[in-house]
Amino acid sequence: MARLNMVEAIDQALRQEMDRDDTVIVLGEDVGRDGGVFRVTDGLYERFGEDRVMDTPLAESGIVGFAIGMAIGGFKPVAEIQFSGFVYPAYDQLLSHAARFRTRTRGQRTVPMVVRMPYGGGIRALEHHSESMEAIFAHIPGLKVVIPADPYEAKGLLTSAIRDPDPVVFFEPARVYRAIKMDVPEEQYTLPIGEARVVREGADLTLIAWGAHVRTIKEAAERLAADKRCDVEVIDIRTIAPFDAATVVASVKKTGRAIIVHEAPQSGGFGAEISAQIMERAVLHLEAPVKRVAGFDTIPPLSKLEDLYQPSVDLVVDEVIATMEF
Amino acid sequence: MSMSQEQLLEMFRCMVKIREFENRAHEMFLAGELPGFLHLYLGEEAIAAGVTAALRTDDWVASSHRGHGHLIAKGGDIRLMMAEIFGRSTGYCKGKGGSMHIADLDLGILGANGIVGGGIPIATGAALACQYRGTDSVVVSFFGDAASNRGTFHEAVNMAAVWDLPVIFVCENNLYGVSTCQRDHMRITDVAERGAAYGIPGVVVDGNDVEAVYEATVTAVASARRGAGPTLLECKTWRHQGHFVGDPCAYRDPSEHEEWMAKDPILRGTRMLIERGFATKDAIARLTSEIKAEIEEAIEFGRSSPWPDVADLLTDVYSD
Ligand SMILES: Cc1ncc(C[n+]2csc(CCOP(=O)(O)OP(=O)(O)O)c2C)c(N)n1
Ligand SMILES: [Mg+2]
Repeated sequence: MARLNMVEAIDQALRQEMDRDDTVIVLGEDVGRDGGVFRVTDGLYERFGEDRVMDTPLAESGIVGFAIGMAIGGFKPVAEIQFSGFVYPAYDQLLSHAARFRTRTRGQRTVPMVVRMPYGGGIRALEHHSESMEAIFAHIPGLKVVIPADPYEAKGLLTSAIRDPDPVVFFEPARVYRAIKMDVPEEQYTLPIGEARVVREGADLTLIAWGAHVRTIKEAAERLAADKRCDVEVIDIRTIAPFDAATVVASVKKTGRAIIVHEAPQSGGFGAEISAQIMERAVLHLEAPVKRVAGFDTIPPLSKLEDLYQPSVDLVVDEVIATMEF
Repeated sequence: MSMSQEQLLEMFRCMVKIREFENRAHEMFLAGELPGFLHLYLGEEAIAAGVTAALRTDDWVASSHRGHGHLIAKGGDIRLMMAEIFGRSTGYCKGKGGSMHIADLDLGILGANGIVGGGIPIATGAALACQYRGTDSVVVSFFGDAASNRGTFHEAVNMAAVWDLPVIFVCENNLYGVSTCQRDHMRITDVAERGAAYGIPGVVVDGNDVEAVYEATVTAVASARRGAGPTLLECKTWRHQGHFVGDPCAYRDPSEHEEWMAKDPILRGTRMLIERGFATKDAIARLTSEIKAEIEEAIEFGRSSPWPDVADLLTDVYSD
């Protein structure tokens, strides 16, 4: 078992799955000779050659549409978009085609493809390079939306995503890319798509997040435990579509309180869906209103204001205390 | 048409201003003073200087992610630019946008653009606005070789052609889109050939020769002003640095780099001014040090300006 960061874990997942299955093709801007702008596809071109690691022209809608055609034709394309902020020209292809092909062909054909992209803030970048718009993908029936929180999850979930018969949008939290290293098994493994993970058990309140903010809520829970304030359960959603409501609802029935943390703008964010599911399925168990700690309804700002924009451990701790005292 | 001493000196001055601005931005980014990403215009100065010299204040430009040069050439205030790049509240976007989002509509700058190819249709629509209002203003859209592979380019050029819009599509062909060299991302050598597909003139020019760029732009602008429609003007050039600051740029051949460095537009401009007796070495050194002082002042302004305030986080999202 080696200690890997998320970039290395994803690279390894791609390499091993490409070794195992020669229908897996990586494509995108600068993914080949250069190894990717974040170096996620480092070494793949050298190992698999230009037929399986394709440097594409700058054309997002072309890349994703092309991947759909390859998938229909029997391949398993894994397309990279350099930042999630550049994917919108391809949103049409995802929404209008990738997500619907199974239904259109009445289940005869599926689109086994993955679109990977770094997303989210915390890297001191500017708007398109920092945004967190996962909710508008989760809103598309037929599309799966997977968001790993750490290197271990990244490897297992990406392997599952590539093997999944349906199109998967795979959001990689850019701020986690090189921020942590952890033990990642050398051999291949998969993690289930559509299952949340209880990271820490607790009795008083459920904290829910995905991607980079799983760390935020874990730290908040640990601080609250150390201060003997309360015993918080921590849930990592992992895949927001399909969303594992059962795990969240079971937890909230036990704790009676829930706070959802995300960096995406609050209005219409995925937290709203989670909150609605809790209301529908566990309202009589609630001791306090379900809260959201989320980004502001504004464009991610550059630099200094970013610290205010992003949910912080301090803010989460304060909201937990307020909810406990409700 | 030959240019006057005054015009040539003005364009040269503009190129030096961009060069010095970018050199300092580069240094400060490496020193960790600047947040975000920086795509330097170093090496491509002749394009911005030559194109904008053929424009009036009431003409518009739509810039790209590599936009500092376009903004400076169109008269952008380097103090407000520096402040923005520093992320300070006195900057063009109140410190919330950074290098790739600077706009100044009073100067006809429609904005830099973090989305490659994002500005091309916008420039085209702005050209319709000029035409519709009955002005003879024109719009210039700056973009790279790789951007010309995007649908936005093809859609916009076709629309401009069909409606004879007063827009000049300036492709700054530095032969690479990040690490991908032109021969790997398109089949043709001259992006200008794409003009033919839409029935508009496609012109190739040496983008490191400021006079040539100017002259080609004058022709394109004249045609746009008299209602004869758009031109695709391809300027061949080379970026001196990596794609962004921090890019090791290992994908370029060092000997090709050396060849292009010898064609540096400022070296050439210097030689040309001296040969024609338009400036002495000393005069050029004086001009350069004047510009350097101006830039240091802009840096001081940026660096000492306040950070944006919490309250700024939610402003300017909607009209109220
Ligand atoms: C739609 C979109 N895709 C990808 C990117 C990332 N990116 C920024 S610049 C660039 C290359 C642009 O190349 P070119 O158009 O030739 O301009 P140059 O950088 O060479 O000036 C890429 C891929 C982006 N900003 N927007
Ligand atoms: Mg280029």
